[in-house]
Amino acid sequence: MEFPLYDVLIVGGGGAGLRAAIAAAETDPGLKILIVSKVYPMRSHTVSAEGGAAAALRPEDSWENHAFDTVKGSDYISDQFVVETFVREAPVELIQLEHWGCPWSRDPDGKISARPFGGMTTWRTCFAADKTGFHMLHTLFQTSLKYDRIERLDETFVTSLLVEDGRCVGIAALNQRSGVMSAVRAKTVILTTGGNGRIYAFSTNGNICTGDGMALAYRAGVPLKDMEMVQFHPTGLPSTGILITEAVRGEGGYLTNNKGERFLKDYVPSKMELGPRDIISRAMVTEFEAGRGFAGPYGNYMHLDVRHLFMRELGLDYVGIDIVHDPIPVRPVEHYMMGGIDCDITGATSLPGLFTAGECANVGLNGANRLGSNSLSECLVFGAAAGRAAAHQAQEAKAPTSNPVDALLKDETRRVEKKYLESRQGTEKLAEIRVEMQRSMDEHVGVFRTAEGLKEEEKLIAGFRQRFARLKIEDRSHVFNTELTAALELDYMLELAEVMTASAINRKESRGAHARRDFPKRNDEHYLANQIATHVPGGKPKLEFRPVRITHWQPQARTY
Amino acid sequence: MAETVEVTVQRYNPETDSAPRLQTYEVPYKDDWVVLDAILYIKDHLDATLSYRWSCRMGICGSCGMNVDGHPKLTCSAHLREYRRGFTVEPLSNFPVIRDLVVDIDDFMAKLKSVKPWIVRELEQPLGDGEYLQSNNQIDHYRQFSQCINCMLCYAACPVYGMEPEFLGPAAIALARRYNLDSRDEGTVERVNVLAASEGIWECSCIGECSVACPKGVDPAKAIQQTKFDTVNGAIMSTMLMPFGNRR
Repeated sequence: MEFPLYDVLIVGGGGAGLRAAIAAAETDPGLKILIVSKVYPMRSHTVSAEGGAAAALRPEDSWENHAFDTVKGSDYISDQFVVETFVREAPVELIQLEHWGCPWSRDPDGKISARPFGGMTTWRTCFAADKTGFHMLHTLFQTSLKYDRIERLDETFVTSLLVEDGRCVGIAALNQRSGVMSAVRAKTVILTTGGNGRIYAFSTNGNICTGDGMALAYRAGVPLKDMEMVQFHPTGLPSTGILITEAVRGEGGYLTNNKGERFLKDYVPSKMELGPRDIISRAMVTEFEAGRGFAGPYGNYMHLDVRHLFMRELGLDYVGIDIVHDPIPVRPVEHYMMGGIDCDITGATSLPGLFTAGECANVGLNGANRLGSNSLSECLVFGAAAGRAAAHQAQEAKAPTSNPVDALLKDETRRVEKKYLESRQGTEKLAEIRVEMQRSMDEHVGVFRTAEGLKEEEKLIAGFRQRFARLKIEDRSHVFNTELTAALELDYMLELAEVMTASAINRKESRGAHARRDFPKRNDEHYLANQIATHVPGGKPKLEFRPVRITHWQPQARTY
Repeated sequence: MAETVEVTVQRYNPETDSAPRLQTYEVPYKDDWVVLDAILYIKDHLDATLSYRWSCRMGICGSCGMNVDGHPKLTCSAHLREYRRGFTVEPLSNFPVIRDLVVDIDDFMAKLKSVKPWIVRELEQPLGDGEYLQSNNQIDHYRQFSQCINCMLCYAACPVYGMEPEFLGPAAIALARRYNLDSRDEGTVERVNVLAASEGIWECSCIGECSVACPKGVDPAKAIQQTKFDTVNGAIMSTMLMPFGNRR
């Protein structure tokens, strides 16, 4: 059988994936490019980002300042060479997006405007009203339609990477509409599948954020990096986890405890509400534990008060909060994965032919804590870099032949059919395993961690995986079987939850978002390093530390 | 016994059903739930075979559009408290049903591309020269048309699209208008052929259901009327000013 062949195949159609596709098309208009997404690209979770995209565009700012804020924010385990490249490229990318039609909010002189944001020392966060991610995503998607060489396979779920002779040669995927498994050959593959927040019960992430690309790469032998580094955003709505944008604090909103105090004075006195997310989230939990939170049906919460700002609309009317007259209840919520697929500055991974960018990647920008508004810019800068690098490699690479792909696809089809659709032995319910995983991850791998809790979680995950092996899929049909895709996603999430927990156990210090109660101090002697997790078939992840690259900024105490 | 609500869902599985059927579930009632929460409850606790799309839960990804009691809604933004006496959920009207509540929107995807929803310019300013200047006032010209999340509620609401599937439809025309009104764009002439074709703006019979259905405050009916006006004006102007020239 002949399988379709592409030069650049991109898995995921969000900000990074679309930017990569356009970059590849502009690098060489002769290349055949394919975007494979499990949703229509405009449904991708980039759409939910509100606050903005960071770039040192304004004359009073400088790339050095942006770089230092990012490095300090990362608690010194970002790759400083990567950070420098990023901050120099970000302004160019934002202007590129402007040329493509993104409706950036403007200053009176008609230039792109900026607003203050947590952890940034100056006004550097460019925004498109309160829908920056939405406008970015739709601008990129609509612009991508201009290129006839960019094709798409929408609503197609990738089940594995095809690897032949130590090279990534394509993908095996389930067409959700037909339920048919098929393979696509590719000279290069770029993983841009976004985050994995659905591993947690209380998360800002959409239903689709299940870490697919991270798991795909990991199972193909590519290491994951810093998987213990999970960002908790301070201001989620207690019931649903829907995010109140950080721009609200940027514009002057206050966080207050049940004494009516702006409690951040005791934690980040010089920054207050504009402190970085990890520190504010910890401050909130510490206040809760001291009995200074408000009690509600969904646990403790704080007040985010914007009554003095005369803001009218935050899109909150539908949750029944009148922000003009009442403070907004908020509590820390899982928001972003700093960890991800280990790659170099071009997005290249250790597997030849495989690239990655965006939240599913860990290029070394965010370290132990990402600054708000760096991730949208990251999607653009490193999406474009990966697209260009993959395009260049595809120009030189030989086309993978169909023969091995045929055999790989047969194996993969058998695996999926047998495990999920044919097995009649199962007893375990998908939703039950998922909910238990999510709740236990909230409890044990949250804002604060302990060896005890993490070890408990390790045991629980092993149990979930055993139960998953006895899964009962009730839906046996092929057409748009969302129980099947949910099972494939849960399989990915359980794999990643194991890596995250093991990584968290192994980093015996507190740094950035990783706060160990049993090791409350940062330990530069041992852990000024990135943690690399490698898949060991049938065993626990292999973990090792790799020193970070420091160019200009020596580690200092991270106080604000 | 806690309070419950009856949810009737249209089911259709092409592998086993010859026609759509209705199935009723009893779901807990919670005051702060939305319709999507009730559907999620069915999937997790009552019937794992129910298929539908959803993701962001905050009214921006556009996945979870369905007909609720006959009206197209984003189910993540439709409050359960407005449907206390029970309700019916069906797939969006006017689209082929793939399965259960999942509809086929490929037709829109093709139409979207046909209106060239990107910035068209004769000359690109180099990136090094910075951004194209644009005032917030100029953004206001097209802002509302840029808010479309492609949720397809307007197509489900449009009686013309129901009768004439070739009709370009509200969202595609609104997005064409969004670019036509953008001070950075020079593509109006390129889009006019598609917009003024027989399946374009003139199909619309000005009922305005699209604008009522839109959950993001876009007014596609206005976009269509404005485009009609501009097209007629443009045609008159070109005949009066250049009766022999500018023929394309």
